[in-house]
Amino acid sequence: MASERLGMAALAWMALCLAAAFAVDRSNFKTCEQSSFCKRQRSVKPGSSPYRALLESLQLSQDSMKLQLVNEVNKVPLLLELYGLQGNMTRIKINELSPLRPRYEVPDVLVHDPPTTWLAVTGRDENSVELSLGDSGHKLILTGKPFRMDLLQGRELVLSVNPRGLLHFEHLRHRKDSFSDKVSSSVGSLWDKIKSLFYREEPKESAPEDGAAGEETEPALPGDQESSEKSTKSEEVSDGPNRAEEELGSWEETFKTHTDSKPNGPTSVGLDFSLPGFEHVYGIPEHADNLRLRTTEGGDPYRLYNLDVFQYELYNPMALYGSVPLLLAHNTQRTLGIFWLNAAETWVDISSNTAGKTLFGKMLDYMQGGGETPQTDVRWMSESGIIDVFLLLGPAPTDVFRQYTALTGTQALPPLFAMAYHQSRWNYNDEEDVAAVDDGFDTHDIPCDVIWLDIEHTDGKRYFTWDPNKFPQPRNMLGRLAAKRRKMVSIVDPHIKVDSGYRVHNEIRSRGFYVKTKDGSDYEGWCWPGSSGYPDFTNPEMRAWWASMFSYDQYEASMENLYVWNDMNEPSVFNGPEVTMYKDALHEGGWEHRDLHNLYGFYVQMATAQGLEQRSGGLERPFVLSRAFFAGSQRYGAVWTGDNAAEWDHLKISIPMCLSLALAGISFCGADVGGFFKSPDAELLVRWYQVGAYQPFYRAHAHLDTVRREPWLFGEENKALIRAAVRQRYALLPYWYTTFYHSYRSGQPVMRPLWVEYPDDVTTFSIDDQFLIGNALLVHPVTEQGAHGVQVYLPGKGEVWYDVHSHQKHHAPQTLYVPVIMSSIPAYQRGGSIVPRKERVRRSSDCMYRDPYTLYVALSPQGTAEGDLFIDDGHTYNFESKAQYLHRHFSFASNTLTARSADSKGVFESPAWIERVVILGAGKPAAVFLRQPGMADTRLDFQHEPETSVLTLRKPGINIGADWSISLR
Amino acid sequence: MLLPLLLPVLSALASAVEVKRPRGVSLTNHHFYEESKPFTCLDGSSTIAFEWVNDDYCDCQDGSDEPGTSACPNGRFHCTNAGYRPQYIPSSRVNDGVCDCCDATDEYNSGFVCENTCKEMGRKEREALAQMAEVAREGFQLKQVLIEEASKGREDKQRSLAELQEGKKSLEEQVETLRSVKEAAEKPEKEAKEIHQKKWEEQKAAEKAAREQARASEAFQELDDDGDGLVSVAELQTHVELDVDGDGTLSETEAQTLLGNALQADASSFRDAVWAAIKENYKPEGLPDAAPLPEAPREEAPEPQPDLPLEQPAPEDDYDEEEEEEGDDDESNEEEPKVPPAKQPSDKTAEEDEAEKMPPYDEATQALIDAAQKAREQFEEAEKSLKEMEDSIQYVYRLCPFNRVSQKPKHGGAETNLGTWGSWAGPDENKFSVMKYEHGTGCWQGPNRSTTVKLTCGKETVVTSTTEPSRCEYLMELVTPAACQEPRDPGAADHDEL
Repeated sequence: MASERLGMAALAWMALCLAAAFAVDRSNFKTCEQSSFCKRQRSVKPGSSPYRALLESLQLSQDSMKLQLVNEVNKVPLLLELYGLQGNMTRIKINELSPLRPRYEVPDVLVHDPPTTWLAVTGRDENSVELSLGDSGHKLILTGKPFRMDLLQGRELVLSVNPRGLLHFEHLRHRKDSFSDKVSSSVGSLWDKIKSLFYREEPKESAPEDGAAGEETEPALPGDQESSEKSTKSEEVSDGPNRAEEELGSWEETFKTHTDSKPNGPTSVGLDFSLPGFEHVYGIPEHADNLRLRTTEGGDPYRLYNLDVFQYELYNPMALYGSVPLLLAHNTQRTLGIFWLNAAETWVDISSNTAGKTLFGKMLDYMQGGGETPQTDVRWMSESGIIDVFLLLGPAPTDVFRQYTALTGTQALPPLFAMAYHQSRWNYNDEEDVAAVDDGFDTHDIPCDVIWLDIEHTDGKRYFTWDPNKFPQPRNMLGRLAAKRRKMVSIVDPHIKVDSGYRVHNEIRSRGFYVKTKDGSDYEGWCWPGSSGYPDFTNPEMRAWWASMFSYDQYEASMENLYVWNDMNEPSVFNGPEVTMYKDALHEGGWEHRDLHNLYGFYVQMATAQGLEQRSGGLERPFVLSRAFFAGSQRYGAVWTGDNAAEWDHLKISIPMCLSLALAGISFCGADVGGFFKSPDAELLVRWYQVGAYQPFYRAHAHLDTVRREPWLFGEENKALIRAAVRQRYALLPYWYTTFYHSYRSGQPVMRPLWVEYPDDVTTFSIDDQFLIGNALLVHPVTEQGAHGVQVYLPGKGEVWYDVHSHQKHHAPQTLYVPVIMSSIPAYQRGGSIVPRKERVRRSSDCMYRDPYTLYVALSPQGTAEGDLFIDDGHTYNFESKAQYLHRHFSFASNTLTARSADSKGVFESPAWIERVVILGAGKPAAVFLRQPGMADTRLDFQHEPETSVLTLRKPGINIGADWSISLR
Repeated sequence: MLLPLLLPVLSALASAVEVKRPRGVSLTNHHFYEESKPFTCLDGSSTIAFEWVNDDYCDCQDGSDEPGTSACPNGRFHCTNAGYRPQYIPSSRVNDGVCDCCDATDEYNSGFVCENTCKEMGRKEREALAQMAEVAREGFQLKQVLIEEASKGREDKQRSLAELQEGKKSLEEQVETLRSVKEAAEKPEKEAKEIHQKKWEEQKAAEKAAREQARASEAFQELDDDGDGLVSVAELQTHVELDVDGDGTLSETEAQTLLGNALQADASSFRDAVWAAIKENYKPEGLPDAAPLPEAPREEAPEPQPDLPLEQPAPEDDYDEEEEEEGDDDESNEEEPKVPPAKQPSDKTAEEDEAEKMPPYDEATQALIDAAQKAREQFEEAEKSLKEMEDSIQYVYRLCPFNRVSQKPKHGGAETNLGTWGSWAGPDENKFSVMKYEHGTGCWQGPNRSTTVKLTCGKETVVTSTTEPSRCEYLMELVTPAACQEPRDPGAADHDEL
């Protein structure tokens, strides 16, 4: 027995080793301990805050309050600004009152200056002020010493700011007390000369000298503050801690072989929040982790720093390709959001007073009279910039989504084809290969809208070019695809080959558009093409130029059906620190890369999307896929979860990863179907096609070294399974499109965690193996190898759900064991909803344009249902600019199904009509009549299946834009 | 009652084909669709009013009620394609805005206009078919020949394998024997040549000495200005070119030294001693100073090799060269014995030419040389065949059916195994159309290399393309008569005979 267990342990250990061999090399990426500012911030322990709010400095205008904060230790004054925003939001900004240099404030992420609402002081005493925040009924109590803010609704505490006293604002300072600086300030340039003899390779040393010298010559600077004497004294007193800071890498930091010169010294900011009554927090993508965030005590905080992580590991807080600094908290009463608008490297610590408590412990608390209220504490730490935080006060999940997207924008409405199936591979080798794959989809009768070309299609990794041997006639190739109403996506990465024979490089260089090193020369890093420059996408002129490169006359052979993919835009730099750019690289306006790192990918996608828009004169909606992202990226296209692997765990994690993104505003998310690295077996591939069919962005993609995996290469049986999954996707395209339209209009996520729709059902709060699309479809795809069944939780007290395949009705709430076979994709339509489908599946979505609809009416226990349908041309902005669209509303009540316009502003002629209505949960009527305004009633043929209570109405034949009603009698 | 408004026009009935049948129905199936009767789905699952046939709504599970629309997910549409091949397409391609049938009948209501391309396609296809039939016919004949040859060849090969092994052995022996023959033949050759050479050199030396004597006498005559039979210091001094210390004049002392420390020299002592000292610089009188004596430098230049034409590289050298320049060896072997003598300076006098040319070998020597040459050639021949037998053939890219596929970089380097013979991997109906070679050299972070070889009928056996659709998985197209099927239409063959 014992030996057997030993054997097991040995096996487990071996398995671990094997797993480690495939996984990320963690040592390439920093831990909090290795990131000096994180370490410094984290070393500030909870306790009484050294910050004091100077209540007498309070200035109140109509919509804002300003107040000074002062650090009692170093006396550096800060400015606190507080805004009440319309729509139940509060904005808090903290900056230095008079920084040595301006500190970075994130531009371009907010869609506009958020509209404010009134503020009023409604009470004060010697150590606190009470403010009313607009009409929302929220009050804010600001305490002077120690500084903290508590936000209340009525008498209920909603959230607290700085309750644990972790506000830590590293003010800009002159460098001092390092040996070289002391010498340089006294001996001046002589030392410079001597030093340069010895330290030729370290010119960065000279950077802070200006500052140090500046301090010598400007002794009056601290005098700007209230009491110069005191402050000087305290500076002296704090000399000790300052030295410690030096040791912690305040002015220079080395990681592996890379040294980060920090000419501005320590600049980090940190602040904590308490969320009483909340045990569930979500968001802050991108991490390969569960939907519900875990506490980070005893480990690393969640990190937000856009990185190209090779073979990333699952279930940990390491940074990945993108960042959205939005955290949501949810309980049965309320949903909140904290949006920390900072684009520098950021770490988020989460702790909870109930974490680690067993159920028994919680019960004990309860028995003994309540115990503590459960509470989650969140601490944000960023390397530079200012504190600019938005408190989204909900109270419902839908409110938080509305609030967040009011700030950063909603999901752009993608062209219809982008929601269909995409076939990608690194790489389709040449034009013949592309033609063969294109034909394969027809031969095997599997729908496909887009074929993708990865980096090998270019002439030597020079983007905007074509390999002259493999792709000699790209225009013909695109034309061939266009004849089948298919599209192509080519990759355009932001690293530009340094090659004087390459026009793109020459133009960027001559225009001075490259990111610069700290010494002012063009920064060069190593990427796919070898030595590469990185265009400064933060520069609006650069972006305008980049956008112009996508015009048909600039991007050779590009056509209307060619769209774009931006990879490597973290930016990825193979030979840079943590595979990215030096933090002391310089951008437009003299900002350091450190200040805006997480924005780089956002800007790349923005500029590319603008290019695609402009090439059509602003008519066509762009499609751009990006790997890196930031808050607001939803405005520019789709993202995917990067370089995953053909493993079951990676399939499984695609659900929480996309759900977290959806909560943070980015709905158009997907994972590489099949897994990027390694080769999936047929079972994993089939299951992945099934999962992908119900995720927003549906693209199969594979690494160069993997074996080919087009759907028809795994035998007839698997081909049929994959075909069935892809067809399910196409049949539901009208529903996807309508759901995306809602997301565009109202900011609601397309793919939703269950708790979003069932906010008071605690059972749903941690579920991330199933999800909703819109509010009507629940999917629990199979993500386990060799599964025989899945446990599906059907939420909603008193609700019913219908199996979309068998139409069987299930009562909720319940956990349902569903037996599965290889063809099973457990999916359910919510009783009370109406879902439009197009059941004539064609070779591409564009071919389905004229096809008729089938309405699936799933009756609630009350015999009612509701749903809608959005239609436009599928690819232009005319729905917006010319109101050329149809938004139809369908409702079923009192045995009558009624179709009317949901939005009379939209006018659009569609050739599509209604071929069938399927009513789930209906009894058998005696007769069915169709009524149209001004016409006599028409009798409809129907079929009723008594076992499943499915009533199918044959061919109403009405145009989709018409008003009508159908009554069952 | 259904209102006619809701029924689509049965436009199918307006089909222009002579036989009246619903749209999308083939001639063979048209009898299932009788306008006057209710329609029973072809799978018998249900019966519907004929008005519901092609009414753009799917009623039959097998899709048979909608042959002419896209209503059924599993239906099929028949295009007559007059002028080309009739064809079934999936119903999903009817009115989808993509031209699938060459007669354009699949896009009758999509707003897309397709051209009828059947005639053109028919023509092209007939051409292609004719070509293919020709290839198939010839290929099949070749295949028959191959089969015959193969069965014969199999026996032959087995026989010849034994023979060859035997042959190799005897060749080796032969090589050895010939080597001794060659060496035996070369020995007398060498001796004879040496004798010949020695004689020639002696003769040359004698001639040269005589020439020297003559020149010395000539010079003496010239120098002896006063004709006293003696060359005096003064007489010598007139030839400043004989200046020894380079001061431009021939001093008395210098002249004396040249005369052998005497004041004069008579003809015989001049010839024996003085001439040797001055001949190098001596300029015959009456010639311009600047013009160098043609003879003077040449006398000291290396002797032209009169025996060059007959100089044979050592057999070993021969062998090396052969290795380096395979293919050229025939030529060089032939040419070597005929290498022309080094070009003689053009200003050489004819007599000298004549004098310096070696006389032809005497018959005996020549016979020996010829015998040696023959032995050499035989030896080389034997060596070459032995080498060919032992050596594997060099290639860049190679398919050995039923053995393995390999790849060698064009510019040298190690060979990579792309797979060894695995199995026939064609689809069930044509298993022998695809070969699979597996377990080749492993890829970095990837699988072992493997190759799929697709066989198609052709007149000769040749690999027409090699690609790598995914990393380390190769695809070869092999055209070979072995893949030809017996032409299905024997009429075509008959037709040829008419």
